[in-house]
Amino acid sequence: MPSLKDLRNRIAATKATQKITRAMQMVAASKLRRAQAAAEAARPYASHMDSVLGNIAASVAGHENAPRLLRGTGGDQTHLLLVCTAERGLCGPFNSAIVRLARERALALANQGKSVKFFCVGRKGYDQLRRTFPTQIVELVDLRAVRVLRFENAQMIAEKVIALFDKHQFDICHLFYSRFRSVIAQIPTVQQIIPPVFDAKATDALAGAAYEFEPEAEDILHELLPRNVAVQIFRALLENSASFYGAQMSAMDNATRNAGDMIRRQTLFYNRTRQAMITKELIEIISGAEAL
Amino acid sequence: MAALHFEFVSPETVLFSGEVDQVDLPGSEGDMGILPGHAPMVTSLRPGIVTIIREGRREPVVVIGGFAEMSPSGLTILADRAVARDDFDMATLANDIKDTEEDIADAKDDAQRDKLTRHLEQLMTLQAALAA
Repeated sequence: MPSLKDLRNRIAATKATQKITRAMQMVAASKLRRAQAAAEAARPYASHMDSVLGNIAASVAGHENAPRLLRGTGGDQTHLLLVCTAERGLCGPFNSAIVRLARERALALANQGKSVKFFCVGRKGYDQLRRTFPTQIVELVDLRAVRVLRFENAQMIAEKVIALFDKHQFDICHLFYSRFRSVIAQIPTVQQIIPPVFDAKATDALAGAAYEFEPEAEDILHELLPRNVAVQIFRALLENSASFYGAQMSAMDNATRNAGDMIRRQTLFYNRTRQAMITKELIEIISGAEAL
Repeated sequence: MAALHFEFVSPETVLFSGEVDQVDLPGSEGDMGILPGHAPMVTSLRPGIVTIIREGRREPVVVIGGFAEMSPSGLTILADRAVARDDFDMATLANDIKDTEEDIADAKDDAQRDKLTRHLEQLMTLQAALAA
């Protein structure tokens, strides 16, 4: 039977935890607002990029010398999975949901006899994937030092991916991230970025339009394709950070509520124990008096 | 005259979206004035000033690199960086020029050096144009 002092200490500890989780929730909420605005601001650029590239790709389709980044290597033997996760935990199932999607895809590909490589962005995904696929992780990019995500961060990752592609390290690249739907809904998503897949609907309406290129189509594609990779990664990172704060906010909200429940239970137990002790003491006094 | 549908976006934000009369843009091979009904084309942009003309007013915007696409549905500019001319900070441009100069010093081959030198010249031209 714990003493009353022990019980009091336990309640105080739970209250301290609740204060921390509540503070974390509020911090996440304010960061979420900024991250969400950034993610929403980036969406038009990424989708315009997609449709512009889709239009150009449609007009050079079938060209023998279309850049490799556009038409792919022709093979599909080696897949690179670019897994973007957060640097920190305490965000509910956010990281594991992305990792699970990547892992399922990796196993499915492995079953088809393809080889799979991983490129991890974010420490948490790396830690989880390392357990299952210790030898297949080719790169880890750590964004822990980055306070505000800039386009340059995405560009740096894109350069590494493209360098691997140029060295014939993989044929197809998939990007894994969590799309931000709302504070309570973040959807783990996979998107193929090399070679790019275009939304047929968006390009269809304009197919057949003959473009004039200035300078040559080849030069433009040469610049546009690596940029597109960077843009898609940038968007994924922004969506991820909004999703992360959303997930963290709801996780911390739950934690605060659970701590509240726990405090109520502990207080009840504390009071009951206290009353039991008083009653016991009274009985002792009364029975002592009666014995006289 | 039908209006031209114009979308002006950079990775961080949407700068402009709506109907305009004309857009002048700095193409990599020369300046262009885009009017409604222009033929479909794609061009890369050099650092310079995009001028949006609507309702008789001219709105200059500084762009550093990017692409413009004219399609039957309208004109789209995908800028690497873009800031309204009045808000443009000359210090960042000076910084870019310095960075490019350093890159030229570090360039590995001639092709790259040529490209960077051209980029530097374009930046200097822009600087001069803005200072004027």
